[in-house]
Parts: sequence; structure tokens; C-alpha cells
Amino acid sequence: MKPLADFYSIIRRDRFLIACALFIAAISLLAVADFIVPFFHDEQGRSYQLTGYAYDAISDASLLKPSWSHWFGTDVNGHDLLSRTLFGAQISLFVAATGTLVSLLVGVTYGLISGYAGGRVDNLMMRVVEIIYSLPTLVLVIILVTTLDTPMANFLKDAGITSVPPRLVLIVLFLGLTEWLVMARIIRGQVLVLKEQAFVQAAHALGQSHFRILWSHLLPNLSGLIVVYLTLTVPAIMLDESFMSFLGVGLQSPLASWGTLVSDAAGLINPVHSYWWLLVFPGTCMTLTLLALNFLGDGLRDALDPRVKK
Amino acid sequence: MTALIIRRLIQAIPVLFIVVTLTFMLVRSAPGSPFASEKKIPKEIMDQLEQEYDLKGPLWHQYAQYMWKVAHGDLSISTQYRNRSVNEIIAQTLPVSMTLGALAYCMALGAGVTLGALAAVRHGQWGDRALMLLALLGISIPSFVLAPMLILLLAIDLGILPVAGWGSADQIILPALCLSIPFTAIIARLTRGSLLEVLKLDFVRTARAKGLPEYAVLFRHALKVAILPVIGYSGPAAAGILTGSIVIETLFGIPGIGPFFVLSAENFDPFVTSGIVLVFSSFLIVFNLVADILYFVVDRRVRLE
Amino acid sequence: MPQTTGPSHSPRAWKPWAVAAGLVAGFLAFFWLFGGWSLAPQVDLTLSNGDEPQTLDPAMATAQLDGRIILALFEGLTTRAADGSIVGGMAESWEMSPDGLTYTFHLRPGIKWSNGDPVTAQDFVDSWERTLNPATASEYSYQLYYLLNGEAYGTGKITDFSQVGVKAPDDHTLVCTLAHPTAFFLELTSFQTLCPVHLPSVKKYGRDWTKPGHMVSNGPYVLKDWRFRNYILVEANPYYWKPVPVHRMKVLPTSNANTTFNLFYSHKTDLVLDTRSIPSTLVADIKDKPYFHANPFGATTFLRFNVKRKPFDDVRVRKALALALDKHDIVTKITRAGEPIADTFAPPGYKGYTPPPGLGYHPDEARRLLAEAGYPGGKGFPDVNLLYAIRGSGPQQIATEMQALWQRELGITSIHLRGQEFNVYLNTQQLIDYDLSLSAWIGDYNDPQTFLDMFVTDGGNNETGWSDPQYDQMLAASENTVDPAARMKILSDMEKILCVDQVPIVPIYFWVGMALYEPGKVGGFEPNFVDDHRWGNFYIPEKKP
Repeated sequence: MKPLADFYSIIRRDRFLIACALFIAAISLLAVADFIVPFFHDEQGRSYQLTGYAYDAISDASLLKPSWSHWFGTDVNGHDLLSRTLFGAQISLFVAATGTLVSLLVGVTYGLISGYAGGRVDNLMMRVVEIIYSLPTLVLVIILVTTLDTPMANFLKDAGITSVPPRLVLIVLFLGLTEWLVMARIIRGQVLVLKEQAFVQAAHALGQSHFRILWSHLLPNLSGLIVVYLTLTVPAIMLDESFMSFLGVGLQSPLASWGTLVSDAAGLINPVHSYWWLLVFPGTCMTLTLLALNFLGDGLRDALDPRVKK
Repeated sequence: MTALIIRRLIQAIPVLFIVVTLTFMLVRSAPGSPFASEKKIPKEIMDQLEQEYDLKGPLWHQYAQYMWKVAHGDLSISTQYRNRSVNEIIAQTLPVSMTLGALAYCMALGAGVTLGALAAVRHGQWGDRALMLLALLGISIPSFVLAPMLILLLAIDLGILPVAGWGSADQIILPALCLSIPFTAIIARLTRGSLLEVLKLDFVRTARAKGLPEYAVLFRHALKVAILPVIGYSGPAAAGILTGSIVIETLFGIPGIGPFFVLSAENFDPFVTSGIVLVFSSFLIVFNLVADILYFVVDRRVRLE
Repeated sequence: MPQTTGPSHSPRAWKPWAVAAGLVAGFLAFFWLFGGWSLAPQVDLTLSNGDEPQTLDPAMATAQLDGRIILALFEGLTTRAADGSIVGGMAESWEMSPDGLTYTFHLRPGIKWSNGDPVTAQDFVDSWERTLNPATASEYSYQLYYLLNGEAYGTGKITDFSQVGVKAPDDHTLVCTLAHPTAFFLELTSFQTLCPVHLPSVKKYGRDWTKPGHMVSNGPYVLKDWRFRNYILVEANPYYWKPVPVHRMKVLPTSNANTTFNLFYSHKTDLVLDTRSIPSTLVADIKDKPYFHANPFGATTFLRFNVKRKPFDDVRVRKALALALDKHDIVTKITRAGEPIADTFAPPGYKGYTPPPGLGYHPDEARRLLAEAGYPGGKGFPDVNLLYAIRGSGPQQIATEMQALWQRELGITSIHLRGQEFNVYLNTQQLIDYDLSLSAWIGDYNDPQTFLDMFVTDGGNNETGWSDPQYDQMLAASENTVDPAARMKILSDMEKILCVDQVPIVPIYFWVGMALYEPGKVGGFEPNFVDDHRWGNFYIPEKKP
């Protein structure tokens, strides 16, 4: 299993993959730029985006086509779409990243334990995975988010956290819990192979604790695999989030993510008048990001070991 | 083999039990009454309604009453659609969704395998890259974006397909197409990857050496082996089609089970929500079992050859 | 070189084709039998009524869209003409006693149910008993509380229905005795809750009596077919007392507004009746098209304050938010259908009613009041939530706008948005567990009282915690006033307390009822204030004799 450092050499050889990696880096940087270098501050100390408009500032300029004052046009409330798209990048990437983190933690831990333990424990754990795999998980997530909204709001209020909307927490949590299955399976498969190898046997003989073996020996060798499946989980979560926004179970105004922007815009498509800019700009951003991530993940996966499949 | 089937079916029972329990409990403990209405309802009437639906008293009691009914095959009555039992609702809407899903899956299989095979054959050339880009696009564009655009193009501007509705044969084409696209893409990718592997194997070289034409090599020998991962994917594909049908049925006004499910979750109708979850899960479990059996059968035959 | 066997000579070549053919045949059979594939029935008119109706039982219906279908199938003592005025239905004439407490209705001779049974006055008595009976659990039974002892029977305090003020001295006469004079009683008699039902059918079929084939009705149409979420087919009732111009109609349910419009645009639907089915962003684009029809509608969108919570327990804060809200902005930018802005609660348009002038838009005055209340420039304003229901995109857009408007005018940055699923929102509002709530109210009948009686002390629909004994007294006084002009004056004074002096609510705009149809294709549809268009009045212009 190739360690992380080799990824750099893999990517370097293929110009297309370089482009993908750079694109993702650029988007991520743009998304957090506002935190690093707040460009403007108004009297009340609320920073403006790089564009000069706050993402939630309304104006009378409702539903305008792209123009010099609004590069991406405006929406119904007169929000500047470019600002909202940039803000949406923050939220989308945040949701996708943290959701992926959740699924990473759960999936890797689960796969490690299952593969390492082997035997009946492994059997049982994999059976559970199979069962969950056959459930309509997204359907259950919808129910969970709908029903736990108010309890979560109360929980956050009691904990004193007012700036984080309850929906955000729920979505990140549950989407992460939906996507860990594939990761678990793959990790477990690899652990089964690795634990038979010489260096692991040696560590056993030296009397090292299980935890030490898992942490210092197995995990580093799995890092490549983890990265590959990370890059494939992120787009899955982004798509799931936009799906939930379309059904009305996603994040709410004035927050915006690419998912909500795209689903709101899709709801405006009609034969009489097309507000194409509302769909095209956030939609293109989302699609390009998903494409880049998928390409990157594919490229890394192919380079690693062509036999590795789902 | 029979033992495997029986074992899986028996395992399914506790799973379904847990899933239905979870759903019912969640919906009932959420802060929202299924009988809420804009005009305030007098307390006596509310009590009467709750009594009628067995939704009175402590939660465990409501739950016990519900599970007793379920054990007898009665999924209770919808709190939204007052004179319809859940059994009736599912009986009328499920076949519609199944028809749509089945057609979508067949489309995805047919188009996906064909495109994947084409790409594999043109490996390394411009055609391969283009087809794979198309496949990735199919996965990266959400269905609720693609569907309205296709409706606009094909149904309104060009007028060749109906806009929405259900009942005539041409009304099923566009929704099935929209539903199938992401799965076509995934199946194409799987087929291509698998076929590329298979085409390197010995028996293929033997077949070519024998002088068989290329398409015979492909279709009679290589594809039979390469198709294994696609069969393995049918489980998750079914789950995905079920989920995807929710959006498609909403957009095309199709009387299936999907949009109905979201409505019932939002209206805190515990019986319909639990009933649909039960049906979805059962269907997926059975479907996964069938797919696994098929995989097993095809795998064995391939090995024998 | 020996020839290898080609596929055409293989003995098993036909097998895959046979399997495939079998699958296709099986699939088509399944589609036909269960999947709903059918030949489309011939109809004269296709309607889009909104979503699937929850019930077609007149006693049980609560939603406006259910009511529309029910009022095509059933008819009460009175009905509405196309312009919305009350005309005779099952009753051809009536008298009211001078004290306003007794109404005597004379039923039309020869009226029948759709199975030939005669409609009698006793049918009304029995149907109203069924509606009021707590065991039926009718959510709109309070409409019959205006009858003498109606409320007592409806809440189970008395169990002898003969004490309730409705009697049938003979088959063709119905005498109603009211608890107090009720100016809009005739309006109520046209409403679906007071329609009669065919009790023998109800007894025979129980919960299934509303299914096609079981349902017996007395209105212009009968229920021919009802495919769940697919379509509803109604056909002219041969026993109805006057000829029904449109013979067969199909009703298509859709839950998505754009799908509805697409159907209309591609001529699959002739008439779109449900205002909510027309997306607001579309309205600005189709406002000038010949198929777009709008009329003032007796419904109001307004803001509720929780007057028991800081800072809204201070009337100056409430007035400040009211005065600083730029309602023109909301109706021109967001709702776009030409809704009139509302400075008072009951929509103007009720006969003889003159609302008082409201607070209006005075941001300077608003700022002054806010400073006086202790929050100059919005500084120090506590964190509060603006609650709204997630129902389409409208409420969210309006709430977003309101939050931003208050920030712009008053400098308040601590108002946060809180969207909830509709049912959860209703629950939260009923528990009065909010700070601000974006609400709406559709009038039940054609009189301002349907709006103003909401805010009595502990009223079920008050939901603000506000209480004013003087307001309650004025309502009671108006109920006992028989002279229409005097009564309307009292109601107008009540509005002044509600919207100018105490401000537990801020009216925002009045609704516009919208419908889509090509002018030459549908007749008998006229703008009316209650947005109640009875299907029995429709006709198709070319076919009109």
C-alpha cells in the first residue's frame, strides 16, 4: 500500500489531475478567504465578502440579470448571487468536510475493529453493515432531521450555542452516518490482508498492545486508501445535502449552500421566463467541484491498485 | 443455498422490527401533532380524534397498539387522508413506483452496459475519455436540476413527450429516463472497469486466437464475466432508485409512494411513515437477497466455464 | 480450419430472446393491472385543484381544496352564485325573525339524492347532529355552535340533540334557532360543514362511504372515480334540481406548483383553481397574460407578537416594528401579484364595512418609539426569533425580507429566522412558544367577524397571549346588535384597538385570489371575495345554448 507521499508523484504525472487538485484548492481557499482577510467592515463590524455585498443583504434589485454591479445577478430578495455563491461554497464545503469526517471516524474505526478482530466478531459486524446497506437510509435521515429539529434547537439553546443552526448539526451528523458503510467495508478488507503480514506479526511478538499496532502500524498503511475514499465521499454528501434541500428538509434562509441555491433555482424553472443565472452559476460551481473530486479520487484509486473495487 | 435464503429472511425480521419501532417512536415524540390545523380544534374533538386513531395515552401504549395491528397485517389508517387505510394507500401507490423503478433500472442496465462496453473497447482513445466524462456528469448533476431542464426541452419546447401525469404509456418515458441517468453513469463506469480487466485475461486471448469475431468475443464471453460487479451493484442501485423516485415523482406528478412519504413525514403521520419505511426496507432486503443469489449463480457458472 | 459455430446455429439462441419477451410482456401486464396504465377518460373540462384532498366527507373537511370538491358534490340550504352572493340551494326561500334568532327555511320541492331518494328537512337535522356529535370528531363543528345549545352538544355537555336549535316540523321546512343574532348565518348555510349527507349510506359503508360507487350526494355532480393522487372524475348529477352545463370533469392533484403550471401551459389542464398552486415568482411574468385572472380575496398575512415575552410586552416596541415595516417592498418584490398592503386586519370588501385608518409606514416615528422603549438605534435589542412555516418558498422569502427591512430601518441585528415544518409551526404557535410569528388567516365566511373574533381573551386562534376585556365586551355587544350598520361600526372600532392602539398583531398584506384559464374556454368563473367558485356555475362558452 503506497503511503501518502506517493500521491504527490502520482498527481504530478498527470496534468489533468493537477488541474483538478488545483481547482479544489482554489475553491477551498476562496471559501475561507473571507475569514483570513476580511476586506471590508461596516459600522456594525459585520464583514463584507470580497464582492462588497454581504451575503444576506437585501436590496431592491430583485431578480436582475448578471451585470457589472452584480456579476452573477440577484435573487428574489435582491441578494447578490456572487456573494451568496461564495458563502455557499463555505457552507457546502464545511458540510461536506465535516460530514466526511464523521463518516471517516465511524467507518475507519468500525473497519479497523472488524478486520482486526476477525472471526465471529468480524462476521457479526459485517452482517450489520449489510443490513444497514439494505435500508433506505436517506429516507430515514429525512425523518430524523424533521423530527429532531426542535429538540436539537432546545439542546443548543441550553448549551449556550446560538450561532449554529440546529439543522446544520443534524444534517452533518446524519449524512456522515449514512455514508460510512463503504469506507468500513474497504478498510476491513485491507486490514484482513495487512494483519497477516510480517511486520504485524513481529509487533505482536514484541508484545505491543493492540491499540499500538492499530495506531502506529496499520493506520499509516491505510492512509492512501482513506484518502481515496474521502475524495469519493465528499461529493456523495454534497449531493445528499442538495437533495434534502430540494425536499425542504435542508438548511434555511438566510444561510445558503450550493445545495439550497441550486434547489431554489430549480424550483424557478418555468417555460415563461427563465432565471437562468440563478441555476447556472451555483450549479456550475457545484458540478465542477464534484467532477474535480470524482476525477481526483478515480485517478488516485486507479494508480494505487487497480484491483481495489467496491 | 436454501439455508442461506431462510437465514437471511429470518434475520430480516428483527431489522424490520427495529426500523419500524424507530420510525414510529420518532414521529410520535416529535413536537407536532398529526391533527394540527390552522383553526384551533376544541379539546373534546382532539381527544376524540386521538382516541379513534389509538394515539392516546402513554407512548408505549400507542406503540403496543400499533405493533399489534401490524402483526395482524393492518397498517392502520392515515391521519392525513382520513378515510384511507395505509394498506390501501400502499397497495395503490407502490405498483406505480415499482413500474417506474423497474423501467428506470432496465434503461440504466441497457444503456450503462452498452456505454461501458463501448468505452472499454475504445480504451485510451478520445471516445473513452468523452464517455467517462459524460458518465461523471451524470453522477454530478442532481436529478431535480436535470429533470426540469429536460421537461423544458423535450416536453415544452419540442413537445415530443408529455409534461407530467400518469396513465398513458408515453407518460412513463421521461420520468424513467431522468431517474435512470445517474445509475446509467455508475453502471457504465463499473462495466468499463470490469471489462478492461476481463479483456486482459487468458480465455479472451484464446477466444481471439480461435478466430472469433470481436463482437462475439465481447458479448458471448467477456461480458458474461464482466457483468458480475454490475449484478453486485443492483442492491445499492435499488436503494438509490427508491430514493431518487421521491424527487422524480414529485416533479412529474406521478401517483407513486415517494412524494407521499415526504408529505407524511412532514405531517407527522406516524402510520403512513412507518408503513412506508416498512415497505421500503422489506423491498430492499428482498431485492438484495435476490441480487446476491443471482451473483452467486452467475459467479458459479462463470467459474465452471 | 473448421468453422466455429456461429450464433445463428446455436440451439439455445432463442432462449435469451424468449426470456426478454416474457419479461416485457410481464412488465406490461403488471403496468396495466396494477400500475395505473389506462386509457384516459373523455372529459369536458380538466381542473387543477391543488393537492390530493384529505377527505370528501363534508363534516370532516378542513382544507379549502377539499371544500371545493365537496361543494361540487354536495349542496347546503344555500349556495353561491358566480359573483359570490348567496342564493337559494336546497332551500328556495327563507325568513328571519325580527329579533334575528329564528330562521325558517323552505326547501325546494322535488329535490333528490343521486340515488333517487328525496332530500328532506330531517336529513339536515340528522346530518347536523352527526357533525356536532363529539364522536364524529369534526374539526369544523364549531360552525354549528351558533345554534342554540350547539356548543353544549358539541362539547358533550348535553347529550339530547332535541335541545339543539334545529327542527324539521315537516319534510320541507327547517327551523333554526340561534344562540344570539348571527349576521352571517346564511353564509354558514352554504359552507361545506353544513351540507347534508345521505345517512343510510354513511351507516351502511362506514368510513368507506366517500368512495366512488358508495357515495350518494345531492349537489350538481356525483363522484364517478377517485384514483388516489392520480385523478378524480365527477359527472353531472341527473337528479340535481337544475341542468348542469359541464357534463364531465377531471380533477388533477399536484403537489408541485411548477408541475401545475407546466400542465396548464401544455394544455393538459384547462383551469387552475388553487391560488397556492401558482408560484409567486411566476406571477410577475404572467400577470399580463390573458389567461391570468386575479381577484381580491378575503385573507390576510400578518405578524403575531408574543405579548407575554420581552421585549414585545412593551407596546412601544410592537408599534415601532409595525411602523418600520415597509409593506410595499414586500408586495412588490416578493409576492408580486399586486396584493394590497394591509394596515388593518379584516380585508376591505365586506359589504357595509369601513375599516379605520391603520398605523401606516412611518420609520422616523418608529425609531423614536424604539429609542423611548430603551433600544435607541436598535442597540441592546435582545435575541428573538421570527417563526415561519416551511410551505413552498413564499413564507421564507417574506421572513427574510422582513428581517432585513427591520435591520435597515431600526438597526436591529438580533432578529433570527426560525423555519419549521407546517405541523410543527402550528404546534409552536398554539403553545405560544415563539417571539414573532409570520401567520395567515383565510376567512371562513363573508363577514369581518371571521377575522376579528380570533383575538378575544383565550380565543383558540388568538395565540398571542393578548387579552383586552374591552375588546371582548365589544364583540359580545356586536353579536347582540341586529342593525347591520351599527354592528359594522362596533367591528370597526374593535379593529382600531387591535391594529392601532394595542398592536398584538401587524397586518402585512391582503391576499389576491388567482386562477388560470383561457377566457374562451371556461365560463361562469367570476372574481369573488371569498374565492369560492362553485363548479355548478361553470359552463363552456362555445357550448352554451
